[in-house]
Amino acid sequence: MLAVFLLVLGIMTFGTGFAPPNEHIHRIDPTKVSETPPFDKPQLTKIGENEYKAAMVAYAFGYDPAEQMEIPAGATVHFEITSSDVVHGFQIPGTNVNVMVTPGEISHVSHTFEKPGEYLILCNEYCGIAHEMMKTTIVVK
Amino acid sequence: MTDSKLSTFDRKDGSLVIAHVLFAFGALLIGGIAGMLQGMVKGGTITLPAGIGYYELLTAHGVLMALIFTTYFIIGFLYSGVSKTLGGSLLPIARKLGWWGYLLMSAGTLIGVVVILLGKASVLYTFYAPMKASPWFYIALALVVIGSWLSGYGIFYQYRKWRKTNNGKLSPLFAFMSVITMLLWQIATIGVALEVVVQLIPWSFGWVETVNVVLSRTLFWFFGHPLVYFWLLPAYICWYVVIPKIIGGKIFSDALARLSFVLFLLFSIPVGFHHQLMEPGISHFWKYLQVVLTFMVVIPSLMTAFSLFATFEQSGRAKGAKGLFGWVKFLPWKDVRFFAPFMGMLIFIPAGAGGLINASNQMNAVVHNTLWVTGHFHLTVATSVALTFFGITYWLIPAVAGRVLTPRLNKLGIVQTIIWVVGMFIMSGGMHIVGLLGSPRRTAYNTYDDHPDAILWMPYHVAMAVGGIILFVGVLLLIYNVVALLKAPKGETEYPLGEVSEHAEPTPKYLENWKLWLTVTVVLILVAYTIPFIDLIGNTTPGSPGYVTW
Repeated sequence: MLAVFLLVLGIMTFGTGFAPPNEHIHRIDPTKVSETPPFDKPQLTKIGENEYKAAMVAYAFGYDPAEQMEIPAGATVHFEITSSDVVHGFQIPGTNVNVMVTPGEISHVSHTFEKPGEYLILCNEYCGIAHEMMKTTIVVK
Repeated sequence: MTDSKLSTFDRKDGSLVIAHVLFAFGALLIGGIAGMLQGMVKGGTITLPAGIGYYELLTAHGVLMALIFTTYFIIGFLYSGVSKTLGGSLLPIARKLGWWGYLLMSAGTLIGVVVILLGKASVLYTFYAPMKASPWFYIALALVVIGSWLSGYGIFYQYRKWRKTNNGKLSPLFAFMSVITMLLWQIATIGVALEVVVQLIPWSFGWVETVNVVLSRTLFWFFGHPLVYFWLLPAYICWYVVIPKIIGGKIFSDALARLSFVLFLLFSIPVGFHHQLMEPGISHFWKYLQVVLTFMVVIPSLMTAFSLFATFEQSGRAKGAKGLFGWVKFLPWKDVRFFAPFMGMLIFIPAGAGGLINASNQMNAVVHNTLWVTGHFHLTVATSVALTFFGITYWLIPAVAGRVLTPRLNKLGIVQTIIWVVGMFIMSGGMHIVGLLGSPRRTAYNTYDDHPDAILWMPYHVAMAVGGIILFVGVLLLIYNVVALLKAPKGETEYPLGEVSEHAEPTPKYLENWKLWLTVTVVLILVAYTIPFIDLIGNTTPGSPGYVTW
């Protein structure tokens, strides 16, 4: 039974691509985030039919871009996030988006937002005195 | 073992044991105060008076409960059993190592607590780089670890001498399990020692500019997962060796008990990546491999559950129990020495199931860094392990200090157990549910600009605070009980050690073949970690400078 369960996890991970995020290793100088594309201009970019890329920087205590991100319902967003200081989290409650953001690495995670609403994005890794204030939102219309 | 029954516990060894146990409960009291206050802040019921930060309290709570309370109690308990079963008293060198270990750990604890309370190290007990605490915080941690190593050497020394003088004899089960527990600890702490001594101390003094963050996290979790088995194995010693005696039964099988401990040694170390499933820098393959190894601990866990309930059933039937579950009535429900650990066992069933969810690779995304995880380890370590330790205290202090447990204290112990279970049910239950709803762990009170999701979490946070207050009452009653035990009437109390059932198969020799098991342990670690480590050390990513963000 144990073997079957582990096999299912393995098939899902390697066969169907339903894996934990962050497979690829993308390295970045954590002290030069603001000069390294795409993080020199953190923003939401439309890259296809109902498909977006969000380049984001996590810092103590917030996320860039500071402007409100808005997407239509049914859109898929590919998030690329890095940190310009300490370790942060990147979690969207109500979805399975939940990754660590580690300085020196770039975290990748994608999600399709089916339902309209204002989604909370919050830091779930303790990062300092105002950790609980670290959040942003993404609006699905 | 009958010849040592009711014989006096060596008084010099008794002082060493009592010193450890009392330090542990001191840490529990201070950590408990911090925990209750945190719960109330998180629940939005109080704000802390100026100067005290939520995260300072959280750091103090984590360090004192998870590292200090547990380690001191474990070392005290193991030394008591090693003294009892390996010759009736500690050899002078073993006792000296025990005291030196105690001294170093206590120096480390005091320095650490001062640095935390001064607000120089609000980095929580996981101290993830590149948050940079005062170097003295890391030095304090190093002292605690080195002290615990000395204590471990004392146990190894006593064991080796015993084996030499009792040529070819199977070692007592308690001693064998103590050696496994301490071996696990020695191997696991290599990771955190490397992190602290090689990476963090030079960096926090400013001797080196930057730190390799993913490497430091990997070294931490090399230690962080076996740490939980270091907490659990002493509880299992109580369940396997002590509980059968207390219920008037026999140990189901010596060989099975030893095999399960060997499996814990093998499969609790090469598994740290299951704490890092959601982070970049480690490839799928190595994460998945360690997930598979993680699930191997299911085997010794179920072996333990099976043999414990077999002991319960056999002892009940020997007393005349009828029917499928008639033996349940024959268990000593009114004896706190059984009742507290038994409630711990019972709660380990949902606690273990939660652990399987956490370790399930992609499923981890649902719960990672949410309060679900906090709820999980408040069931495992803070209930299953803690209640077992509390249950041990009711005979350990009397046995080593020459006192007797009075019926009144026994009753108070049962009340304390019930308070603990109720408080934990409310607090941990709240944490599990609100974690599934997405509420992050280690996060002070905030409504995220009154976001509807976050507002929905509030009632559960209040429940956590209520549970925390009930648990604090439990801590106070426990402290009262400990003091009362020290003042209990003088007399001799038996050190309860079970005997193996006459139906059990003899224990095969290879179970005590350390060369074999250490080799397998090292091979498994090398398989699971060598390539990821080479990758991490060889990577050319610039390191991170330090940050003080609190």
